[in-house]
Order: sequence, then C-alpha cells, then structure tokens
Amino acid sequence: MLDFLKPPVVAVQEFFLLAGRTFRNLFRRPHYAGDIFLQMDTIGVGSLPIVSLIGFFTGAVMGMQMSKALQQYGAVGQTGQLVALTMVRELGPVLTAVVVAGRNAAGMASELGSMKVTEQIDAMRALGTDPVQKLVKPRLIATAVVLPLLTIIADFVGLFGGFVIAYFFLNLSPAQYWNNAWQSLEYLDVSFGLLKPFVFAFVVALTGCYYGLSTTGGTQGVGRSTTQAVVSSIILIFVMNLFITRIYVSL
Amino acid sequence: MWRETGQDGVPVLRFDRVSVSFDEVRALNDVSFRVYAGESRVILGAAGSGKTVLLKTALGLIKPDSGRVWVFGQDITEMPESELFAIRARIGVLFQEGGLFDSLTVEENVGYPLENQPSLRCPPDERRRRVEEALRFVELEHTLEKYPSELSGGMRRRVGIARAVVTEPELVLYDSPTAGLDPITAYTIIALIVKERDLRNITTIMVTHRYQDAHFLAGFRWDPATGRLVPAPAGQTRTRFMVLREGRLAFEGTRAELEASRDPYLMKFVRREG
Repeated sequence: MLDFLKPPVVAVQEFFLLAGRTFRNLFRRPHYAGDIFLQMDTIGVGSLPIVSLIGFFTGAVMGMQMSKALQQYGAVGQTGQLVALTMVRELGPVLTAVVVAGRNAAGMASELGSMKVTEQIDAMRALGTDPVQKLVKPRLIATAVVLPLLTIIADFVGLFGGFVIAYFFLNLSPAQYWNNAWQSLEYLDVSFGLLKPFVFAFVVALTGCYYGLSTTGGTQGVGRSTTQAVVSSIILIFVMNLFITRIYVSL
Repeated sequence: MWRETGQDGVPVLRFDRVSVSFDEVRALNDVSFRVYAGESRVILGAAGSGKTVLLKTALGLIKPDSGRVWVFGQDITEMPESELFAIRARIGVLFQEGGLFDSLTVEENVGYPLENQPSLRCPPDERRRRVEEALRFVELEHTLEKYPSELSGGMRRRVGIARAVVTEPELVLYDSPTAGLDPITAYTIIALIVKERDLRNITTIMVTHRYQDAHFLAGFRWDPATGRLVPAPAGQTRTRFMVLREGRLAFEGTRAELEASRDPYLMKFVRREG
C-alpha cells in the first residue's frame, strides 16, 4: 500500500550511503590532485563571470530598492548598510550556490551519467579505480574550496553594484557608502556568510554526483538525472539556508 | 561434470546457483557453471537474457542476491571492493561499446589499468612500452594521441581489446565484441580474440548473440606463420557453449550437442550460421 514511498526512501538512503563513502574516503589515498585542480578550474574559474554578473546586478537592485524604502525615513545614507547585510548574509551565498548548482550540479550529473550509461563507470571499477575516489571526491573537495571563494567575490561585486547606484543616483560619497557598509558587518555575519556556501558546496557536489551515478536508461536517462540534480540541489540549498539562518538568528 | 584431462580441480570461474535481480526482474536465475583454465566459453542469448549481467557478476561489479561466485579459486561473493581490485587485475574485460574513457587519449586509456590497478602499478616508461605493444597487437599503434571520439566503432573496439590484454590477464571477458559492426570489421575483431587466446593460451569467455562469432572461436585457431585464422582440428580449441534464456541457463555443452538440439530457442541461434 505504501509502495509509492519506496523509491524516494531508497533514493535518500542511496544518497546518504554515497555521502558516507565519500567522507570515509576523504583522507584516504589515493588522492587524485590533478582531478581536484581540474574541477576547481571548471567550477571556480568557469563560474566567475556569471557569478560576478549576478552579484553586480543584485547589489545594484538592492541599492535602488533599499534607498527607496529608506527615503521614507530620510535615511538614504544607510543604503550601504542594507546592501552589505543582504548581500553578505543571504543573497551572496544563496545566489552563488544556485548559479553553481545550475552550472555544475548539472555538469556533474550529465558527465557522470553519460559515463554510467556507456559503461565507463564499470570499466573504471574493473580497471582498478573506485569511482567515489576518482570522480566524487575531487568534485566535492573542489566545490567546497571554490564555492566560499566565489561567494566572497559575489559579495564584493554586489557591494560595488550598490555603490554604483549610491554614487551616481543617490549622490552619496564613496566614503559614506563604504564606511556605512563596512561598519554594519559583524563577525557573525561574515562567518555565517561563509559557512553557508561551504554547506551548499556539499549539497551541490553530492547531489550532482549522486544523480549522475544513479543514471539508468540511456541518453534519455542522462537528461532526466541532469534535471533532477539541478531541481533537487536548488531545493536543498533553500531548505538548508532556512536551517542555517535559524541557527544564526538564535545566536 | 565435464573436465579436461590433465586439468587441476580448481576452475578459473565458478558460479554456484547465482541469482541476480533488479527491481523485481530476475536478470540471472539459479545459474551454475564452471570454466577451467585454457578453455573458451561462448555464451549465447537474446538481448536481455542476462549475458552482460553474468560477466559483470563474474567481475564482482554486481553482487548476487543469492548463490556464490569463485574466481581463480577465491570466493568473491562478499569480497570488499578494495580486495576485488587484486582479482580484477588478473582479468581483462572488453565492455559492449568498448567502455573507453572519452576524456582520455588512446594511450591513457590503454595504460589506465597499468597506472591505476593497485597490484600492477608500473613506472611511466615501462607503461609506455607495454601500451605500444598492446596497440601493435591490435594494429593501432599510430593512434596513441587520438581521443576515442576520433576513432571508428571498430577501432574503438580494438582499443578496448588492447586495454583488456595490456595487463596480460589470465582470463579475458568479451561482452558482445561484434555488436553493431559490419561483417568484415566483426571478423577482424574475432580474429584478434582468437589470436590473443592462442598466442598466450588464455581462458576466454565471450558473450555474443551472433553464432558466426562462436563458429570462429570454436572451429579456428591463429596460425602465427601466415598471420591468419585457419580451421582447427575438431576439439582442439576446447570451446564449450552456454545459452541463456531469460536469466536461466538453457544449455551447456559442446558445439555438436548444441547443433544437434531440437529445442526451438536453441535452434534460433544455431540457424544464423548460414
């Protein structure tokens, strides 16, 4: 009667088994350093343009929206503070993670999925390598390193976007904007703003690899698991964000 | 139980009542057989009859739901992945579509087991020499720097064979080596399989749905003098046949027994010869 529940429960179990195997292998040899750097390049350098672009426009939009709201209280001078807080606490981490999920969870799922359906994963195991060590671990380590870095860049570019609005349209001086932005940030904001992308990195890399490795059913299956990887990782990012923010506000 | 005279009692591969299921579907159902050293084994069966699953179970890539599998006398049924690598290093395998890594060059593909197999690791210059040797064997030594996507289907299959034999394995498994190839290319591939078998006296297990392939493996041998396949005296190739039907072993025996069979399912495979 509850048979319809079986596939999702099995999927969750398989996901955690994969995560467990990856963590167990994290410090175990062999480490494929070349693959880690290759993935850092694909995920980190590859995402840099779009992450910067999105960061800039988000910061600019926040600058405009916040200044309009602040105008009612005659506090347009506080625009820097609101842009900084929204970017560093929420928008920087979440938007960067969503962009990387769209680019790289999809990339991982389709790459590993194609390897799965063309028997390359089986060949790998038959020829002496563990796919978790060779494929999943490098992707997880690379994402965990570059996602926080990308978030820092997105935060800064976003602040700059807010500054462009403040300087050219709100007639705020650079010192006024940057001082206000800088002083509003506390250590807790920054540390949670960096903890989030670190957690999201696990979501993105493990979801992408999980759907890739569990692909069945030929090329059609690759398309299906790519879609599922993106949808699931984005949902998980927002859910995890809620939990982490809950911890943040209670501190 | 059939056994070649002068053979010691330990089979190279032994299945004992092995069953494998995927979501309610029985891919292998109560399959038992033994393959001895130096033997050639042809496994025939329609698509979806469990041929590929059987090979993957023999490699420990798929764990059976029940029954036991022995390779080189060792029980691999519950062996952890890390120990399985030592067993797999002694087995060569050609996957159905070649299973080549498309992000690696031909040289890296063929050298992959030499570089990664924990029990085989060999230094780069020796690796290069053995890779070239294996590629010379399949007559593709000029493709070292190419990527699999730049090769034709037949060439990819030959690179796959080079990768399967580069480690000088004691047992080689071929999964539908001629599927999707034209008859001339298919003959080239089968000739390579027979050549590899006869030059190094390797135990060979070949899965196929083409009786033509089985015909060459059973009735021909590689003649080093002329570099061609020549008809072998009856019984010399020590080839045995198995037929799978929906996961069950429908037949096991010699070619003569198979051809004499009146079972309609078995006759379907034999009749293709013409």
